[in-house]
Amino acid sequence: MSAQGGLVVEGLHKSFGRSDVLRGIDLSVAEHEVVCLIGASGSGKSTLLRCVNLLEPIDAGRIVVNGEEITAPGVDVNRVRRGIGIVFQAFNLFPHMSVLDNVTLGPRRALGLPRAEAEAEARDLLTRFGLAEKVDDYPDRLSGGQQQRVAIVRALATRPRLMLLDEITSALDPELVAEVLEVVRGLAREGMTMVIATHEMGFARDIANRVCFLDGGVILEQGPPEQIFTAPREDRTQQFLARIIAAGRM
Amino acid sequence: MAAPDPGRRSRILQGGFGPLTNMSIALVSTFVFLLVVVLLIVNAPGWETVKQSFFNVGEGRDTFPLVARAFLLNVKMFLIAEALILVFALVIAVMRGLPGPVFFPLRALAIAYTDFFRGVPTILVIYVLGFGAPGLNLTGVPTNPVVWGVVGLVLVYSAYVSEVYRAGIESIHPSQEAAARSLGLSRAQALRFVILPQAVRRVIPPLLNDFIGLQKDTALVSVLGSVDALQQANINSAADFNYTPYLIAAFFFVIITIPLARFTDWLIARERRRRQAGGVA
Repeated sequence: MSAQGGLVVEGLHKSFGRSDVLRGIDLSVAEHEVVCLIGASGSGKSTLLRCVNLLEPIDAGRIVVNGEEITAPGVDVNRVRRGIGIVFQAFNLFPHMSVLDNVTLGPRRALGLPRAEAEAEARDLLTRFGLAEKVDDYPDRLSGGQQQRVAIVRALATRPRLMLLDEITSALDPELVAEVLEVVRGLAREGMTMVIATHEMGFARDIANRVCFLDGGVILEQGPPEQIFTAPREDRTQQFLARIIAAGRM
Repeated sequence: MAAPDPGRRSRILQGGFGPLTNMSIALVSTFVFLLVVVLLIVNAPGWETVKQSFFNVGEGRDTFPLVARAFLLNVKMFLIAEALILVFALVIAVMRGLPGPVFFPLRALAIAYTDFFRGVPTILVIYVLGFGAPGLNLTGVPTNPVVWGVVGLVLVYSAYVSEVYRAGIESIHPSQEAAARSLGLSRAQALRFVILPQAVRRVIPPLLNDFIGLQKDTALVSVLGSVDALQQANINSAADFNYTPYLIAAFFFVIITIPLARFTDWLIARERRRRQAGGVA
């Protein structure tokens, strides 16, 4: 693995049928940097994250993760994905597995760790995230906040150097949002490189080193959170933030 | 939110006056119904003749152990065929779900297979295999009709069961595969550890339903001359000019399929209860 961490996206294009979702994304994220993606629904935030995790084939451009071009032909996608953790809006836990099995699936089957070792590590991680008592429970017995924390632990269990968070609090009841965001803050403090698509503007302002505003499939404006949230340069950014404020979300 | 009172709910949906009264009403109405049916039958003008040929106690007593022994062959065929079908049908279902242009021939083969064997009558498949395959006189090809009967059942039922599996696989949301792949699992690993375990659990009731059909279709193998329960009944009935052995054979098929049917109902009801209680998928 290269010592050069972080993520570089160049000229990324992606369309679904006739709808061009991403129309030339250029983004570079340094190691230990936290970048928040904001923008209206349909602006391409989720698609960008899914492309970076190679869950969607891209039409044009290149993506470099930890110094390796992962969009090059012949790259082992399974190996690449082990180095990138992704957490989804709808948790996507495996309902037929206990919390422990959800977390150990990646380490055991993708990394090839022996069961005992994978379970010991999973228990440590779950304990760190306040889930020690839920180890043997099935996902449907957990609250939404707990499920999403398990999903974060599951993504961390393959020891990724880059985490992609796709609107991870959008499906949660308001009172459960804080516990999940606290976990993400902890990851940021530990220096995890993260790209976070979010509608939680207060959180983005708080945690991001840089905020990118996506509009019409491109990054229309980016900068430090203070600048984006208090003095946005682009009209579209101003309009978007005005709508967010009108909705009482900031 | 207050929990709904189950007693009240069932009264609205099903009508009735409380559990105990309901049960006695059910008992009385069933008894009256059966009484009317029995009276109608035994008072029919031809009842004495029918009774002699279908409900002959002496004939029944004599043939019961013979049919019972022959029925063991049906059970054996059922168990062997079931095990083979479960595996073979899964292979077909997975083949049909393979992605990409490279696997087109396998997909096409799986589709052709299911189309063909669901379309052809089971008895035809058993005839053709049972008389055709041994007729080739190839060394190593078994001549035992039971073997070919079971092969025929496996071929036909695998076509149905593979469609049941496929429905189960397609009912699992794509986000489950995405989550598995995002951890670095290969497509095959995602299928094995994440998709199939959930899919198979979902289709257990319809699978059992197909196996109820399989259980009674083992009688079709008797057309090849092997002595199963139906064939034994045939033999005795022809020898004694009496149909009672057929009813004995029917009795054996029913005592196996009824528990299987009730078990299937129970599984379906349990699944429904779980879904209602679970809420979150």
